Amino acid sequence: MSATDTKPLLTVRGVKTYYGNIIALKGVDIDVHQGEIVTLIGANGAGKSTLMMTICGNPRAREGSIVYDGEDITRLPTHEIARLRIAQSPEGRRIFPRMTVLENLQMGASIDGMEFFDTDIQYMFDLFPRLKERLHQRGGTLSGGEQQMLAIARALMARPKLLMLDEPSLGLAPLIVKQIFDAIRELNRRDGLTVFLVEQNAFHALKLAHRGYVMVNGVITMSGSGRELLENPEVRAAYLEGGAH
Amino acid sequence: MSSVVKSKDRAGIDFGRALKDGVIIGIIAFALLGPLVGLKTDQNMANELILQNRLGLAAILSVIVGVGRFLLSAFVYPWIAARGNRSKAAVTLAELEARARVTRGLSITGLIFLFVYPILIISLFGVQGSIKWVDNYGVQILIYVMLGWGLNIVIGLAGLLDLGYVAFYAVGAYSYALLAINFHLSFWVLLPVAGILAAFWGIILGFPVLRLRGDYLAIVTLAFGEIIRLVLINWKDFSGGSAGISSIPKVTMFGIYSFDVSAPNNFAKAFHLAASSAYYKVFLYYLILLLALLTAFITIRLRRLPIGRAWEALREDEVACRSLGINTTNTKLTAFAIGAMFGGFAGSFFAARQGFVSPESFIFMESAVIVAIVVLGGMGSMIGVALAAVAMIGGTELLRELDFLKLVFGKDFNPDQYRMLLFGLAMVIIMVWKPRGFVSARQPTAFLFKRKTVSGDLVKEGHG
Repeated sequence: MSATDTKPLLTVRGVKTYYGNIIALKGVDIDVHQGEIVTLIGANGAGKSTLMMTICGNPRAREGSIVYDGEDITRLPTHEIARLRIAQSPEGRRIFPRMTVLENLQMGASIDGMEFFDTDIQYMFDLFPRLKERLHQRGGTLSGGEQQMLAIARALMARPKLLMLDEPSLGLAPLIVKQIFDAIRELNRRDGLTVFLVEQNAFHALKLAHRGYVMVNGVITMSGSGRELLENPEVRAAYLEGGAH
Repeated sequence: MSSVVKSKDRAGIDFGRALKDGVIIGIIAFALLGPLVGLKTDQNMANELILQNRLGLAAILSVIVGVGRFLLSAFVYPWIAARGNRSKAAVTLAELEARARVTRGLSITGLIFLFVYPILIISLFGVQGSIKWVDNYGVQILIYVMLGWGLNIVIGLAGLLDLGYVAFYAVGAYSYALLAINFHLSFWVLLPVAGILAAFWGIILGFPVLRLRGDYLAIVTLAFGEIIRLVLINWKDFSGGSAGISSIPKVTMFGIYSFDVSAPNNFAKAFHLAASSAYYKVFLYYLILLLALLTAFITIRLRRLPIGRAWEALREDEVACRSLGINTTNTKLTAFAIGAMFGGFAGSFFAARQGFVSPESFIFMESAVIVAIVVLGGMGSMIGVALAAVAMIGGTELLRELDFLKLVFGKDFNPDQYRMLLFGLAMVIIMVWKPRGFVSARQPTAFLFKRKTVSGDLVKEGHG
């Protein structure tokens, strides 16, 4: 296990987010430390994706603060947050469907003006060999799993310090989910990449993560190491019924 | 319908089934048409109701229906089915390169044709006879090609539906007209000025609509186009109102030769040619051709640069763009500004060519035509847009040539009046037949390993 005692890379304190008058996050505190994989699990509509989007500045937090690498990013516009090397693979993948795989990857690398493109793309091919085969194919014609790989690879092309993934396992076959989670583990182990993972697939996510948070109705109700949460009877009852997927 | 489904499974053409289909449909048609067309009631001289027998006509019509059905079953349906079965997913690099080669070949052929077109026309119709073909067809079409390519940046690449593009055309035209008349500046000075002013108005329009997309954006831009036109009509001191501005100076050949008949350095006089406006038209033709090619060249270049990629990404997914660190505000504004700039160039050319501008030239219909050209041509495709402009503008011009139809439909028939009807019909047909426009395949802007290796044979070795 890695450095949980180092300084936090991302600190979220008392964040409240509203959609109009409806409160979605009711004061959320989380920490993500350098080199950690942190997962956020919870049921549908708990506010997991909202938290991730709030960190990215869309929607903005109405109260509370989000500090990243010593800088308050609560009020920054989304694209400037992304330029601080917070890469995000949003829910529903959101790749560019009419652009080719290669062009999608180029878009990811546009922050650096493509400076490291040639080396980084080779790394992506090592991580996801399927993308190399599909390089000149339009993004929209890829299978769901390939699209997810592309979304993650595109995010990684920005050389992030913090990678945020929203439900990478959504709608994918178990074998593909395993491939993607293996890739995340590999990225964390090899490069020390910090990962914030929002998941409904609690079993896989908690097995992968160093630490986890449980969110219910816009509030963090539990936190602990991945193993602790996996063994917690409440978590088991609420999210892991039916055993391993 | 069941026969259609079944024929999908078979690869070859099943003539037997098609024949049976045709005969059955023909019989049904006769059963229907027999009483409807075949028997006609009429009055005879004695005011009695009589039954006229026209079963022969009904039979002919039935045969036409039957043959039509046979052709559909035998050829059209299997062809459609085969097209649907073709897989579109897997694309190899070789295929892409082949496609790019075809496009390049087409472009070069088209370019050569465009450059020799006036020479060809003059040698065919003589100097005086060439005016119609160079001006009404050549120049007119090329203006719309340029406008289409300019709007293509906004709609086709950046995906911002702009229904008020004609406003920038108007800004360009009035900029040239007013500055040339009041300050006696030459076209070559005012061309960039008009472009800059139009780009400036593009940014002004861009700001309020930054948060809008799709239908809402379309309505606001449409209103913007109308506002510009109404200001031009009502601000009489500035723009001359609906009377417009006339006697706008002509373009000179870089100040060396003039096309004014009275000028001492008149082009025709200088070369001891018979006085004719044809030379000016040919000059205008090459001018608009070069302006249009400039538009195309810049667009093709920009597509390969980060800003062009950002436009296309913006069209696909705005949220994803932002999460990749792209400033969507700037991206949209540059798209509006650059698109508007080309509109401004075209506008100043238009003013110089007509010698007269009035708000009448900048009605919503013009915007609609330009949008239609972009959409029909295939959003984002340069060749498609050019083809659509040729078909739509050339097509409507051709209607004026169809005088022989008066022999068929009577003296009062004016084919030009059916312009809008045919226009609409063409749009419906193309949208049904090719919903993404003439050229729907998007040309990728990037190929890996191509930069390092020159020939296609070396591509394999390029893999690291």
